[in-house]
Amino acid sequence: MEIILIFVSAIFVNNVVLSQFLGICPFLGVSKKVGTAVGMTAAVTFVIAIATLVTFLLQKYVLVPLQLEFLQTVSFILVIASLVQMVEIIIKKISPSLYQALGIFLPLITTNCVVLGVAIQVVSNEYNFGFAEGARMLGLGEAMLFAIATAIGYGLALILFAGIREQLELSNVPKAFKGVPIALLTAGIMALAFMGFSGLV
Amino acid sequence: MSQNSKLQLIVDGIVKNNPTFVLVLGMCPTLGTTTSAINGLGMGLATMIVLILSNITISAISGIIPDKVRIPCYIVVIASFVTIVQLLLQAYVPVLYDSLGIFLPLIVVNCIILGRAEAFANKNSVGDSALDGIGIGLGFTIALTCVGLVREILGSGSAFGWKFMAGDGMLAFVLAPGAFIVLAYLMVIFRKLTKQA
Repeated sequence: MEIILIFVSAIFVNNVVLSQFLGICPFLGVSKKVGTAVGMTAAVTFVIAIATLVTFLLQKYVLVPLQLEFLQTVSFILVIASLVQMVEIIIKKISPSLYQALGIFLPLITTNCVVLGVAIQVVSNEYNFGFAEGARMLGLGEAMLFAIATAIGYGLALILFAGIREQLELSNVPKAFKGVPIALLTAGIMALAFMGFSGLV
Repeated sequence: MSQNSKLQLIVDGIVKNNPTFVLVLGMCPTLGTTTSAINGLGMGLATMIVLILSNITISAISGIIPDKVRIPCYIVVIASFVTIVQLLLQAYVPVLYDSLGIFLPLIVVNCIILGRAEAFANKNSVGDSALDGIGIGLGFTIALTCVGLVREILGSGSAFGWKFMAGDGMLAFVLAPGAFIVLAYLMVIFRKLTKQA
């Protein structure tokens, strides 16, 4: 039951883009075509899953025993930056076609705040992930589940938004609203729609 | 550089290169922390301090950083300053620390700071980099305070915590959708005022 709660809560109720405002830059930047949005989602899901695994273990078995929690931000961002670099090299070697498809999105993932945001959220005990009994720390399995569900929620918002923006290209938008403002308005209306899920959990 | 152009550096950061309304960088904290004017101001100031310090440091050490590993080096410098600001806020302004929440450590991945390090600080003098940090930081702070103020007035009927209206106001403006909508309209107004559209 808790597993379903984590899943539904991360994808719909606390959608990472539309209710937590993480990863807005790529959300606005690469969501002009559905195809690129799908590529971005795949890359982000991959990095979030690995980054959460590594940072969770780092926090639990290195930082906490050595009482170095204040180094959390520095060490997590270093882990993420090197992971992204490593993933890039591996994909380039194993599957050049996937590497081509992901292109510029891969290196940009380092500065996507979803990755660092999820990594920090799962190791803190301040966040309520949709449990009835309130906030508590997650186990490794739950943390991974939360990370993957968050990535799916990110992909859902990104792909839906890309679909709307493809249509938007063809419509007549007032000059001052062209580009980012109309995209933000669209996102606002989407966020209103997603608020409808808030009674679910 | 003359006195005039030094002032120009700061003014540019607020108007011509405004990080929020023109460059559209650092959107996550702009939307996520501006539930009230005070929160927006606090986030803006925290980012500004990190930006100024990282600009100064990166400009000072840019000569000795090898070109290939410069981005990881910048990130470590920025992350250290973010940690310092985080610990200071936790100790002296715990209320603000709590309301900024996860967006405080996320200053590390704020594209404004890495962007200024790459685009300005590593090719300009320490003094100019500090001024650039002040200008861009002020631009960001002003933008965040504006967004926060509008959301607070519409959403809870108060300004900087001073309540001038009975009742709750339109709750949607404090919640997520209001953030997107307020920012969109403020951006349009900014474009109109600076004649960019």
